[in-house]
Amino acid sequence: MSHHELDARRLLCPLPVIRTQNRMQDLVPGDTLEVICTDPGALYDIPAWCRMFGHEVINTQQTREEVRITLRVGATSDKP
Amino acid sequence: MTEPRKAVALISGGLDSMLAARLMRDQGIHVEGINFFTGFCVEGHTHAIRSSKQDKPKRNNALWSAEQVGIKLHIVDVIDEYKDVVINPKHGYGTHLNPCLDCKGFMVRKAREWMEQNGFDFIVTGEVIGQRPMSQRRDTMPVVARESGAYDRLLRPLCAKLLPETLPEREGWVDREKLLDFSGRNRKPQIALAASFGFTEFSQPAGGCCFLTDENYTVRLNDLWTNRRTKNYELDDILLLKIGRHLRPRPNFKLIVGREEGENNFLNGYRRDFTHLFAVSHAGPLALVDGIANDTDLDFAARLLARFGQGRGADKVTVEIHARGAAARTLDVVPLHPDEIPESWYL
Repeated sequence: MSHHELDARRLLCPLPVIRTQNRMQDLVPGDTLEVICTDPGALYDIPAWCRMFGHEVINTQQTREEVRITLRVGATSDKP
Repeated sequence: MTEPRKAVALISGGLDSMLAARLMRDQGIHVEGINFFTGFCVEGHTHAIRSSKQDKPKRNNALWSAEQVGIKLHIVDVIDEYKDVVINPKHGYGTHLNPCLDCKGFMVRKAREWMEQNGFDFIVTGEVIGQRPMSQRRDTMPVVARESGAYDRLLRPLCAKLLPETLPEREGWVDREKLLDFSGRNRKPQIALAASFGFTEFSQPAGGCCFLTDENYTVRLNDLWTNRRTKNYELDDILLLKIGRHLRPRPNFKLIVGREEGENNFLNGYRRDFTHLFAVSHAGPLALVDGIANDTDLDFAARLLARFGQGRGADKVTVEIHARGAAARTLDVVPLHPDEIPESWYL
């Protein structure tokens, strides 16, 4: 299990979700991924995407400039 | 027990695609959603940027509606492939720069490719005959089915009873009797169906879900193509067209001026890529300079910018100018009077 980071700053919704979705496909269950965004919409969209695909949101932080969302890869596959 | 048949549903974030997906789920079909991000999508972006829209939920409606229906949603970046649809539409544009028929054909084709790659059986859309003047007409719906290569694997549950039988109906995967016969622009049947499903909140953008149907936006896009002398774009170009006031005081440059804090924050992210300026003596917006502007142009841009800040009525406003590749300089300017800003400068 390992920790990873994804810089999604300056990207607007839904690009942070798309980048997260693509990155998660390369990770294994139990890995964690911290996504850093400047679009506050990511606070809603990335957790919604995680609920659909069985991943866990383990931490969110919001400052004036950015949002950090930490995810743990679930056991289910993102593939159809 | 046999595996349920699988359908991929195009989910735009609007009500109709949500209803179509739900109808399929109710028939025991395994449905997963797909949403294509072209860069022109209305959903999300501007709502996320503008502080004045704080009352609106900052969310992607395609994701939200898929979650309401209880399906997975795959969001696919088609920005680069989509350029050809916008730049060279085989079937032409609608009222503005909206290539609706080519767009629908493109999206159904991409969905068909996804269906084939992932072992799904058919494609579902929320189209309704007569709903849209270009892509959702009785005579153009077969064009989409044919040109996408989906043929009779394309099912439109909301108006299927008005169309020839498709493969899923003929094979008994879905019950045609339970499909619908909606037509025209009246939204009441959709609203009633939504209520019957318990959907109390949904998005119904008036011009559809695409900025290319928006008159102001297409004026800006046409201006970009005209002044760059090339009909092309990058993602940042089309995102910036959605943001701020755009003024072209000279043919060689335009100013993009933030209208409020959210837009200024967004434009701030482009400071390294653009010549930019802002007032330092008074509160006011950030402006990006798009094009090639010399010092005289920038001095004039400073006067124009000063018009949109708190110093608009002052005798003097100090503006900091950061030209790309040059040291920052400050300049005291007299803000332009409104009479000195012709309407024709506004894009």
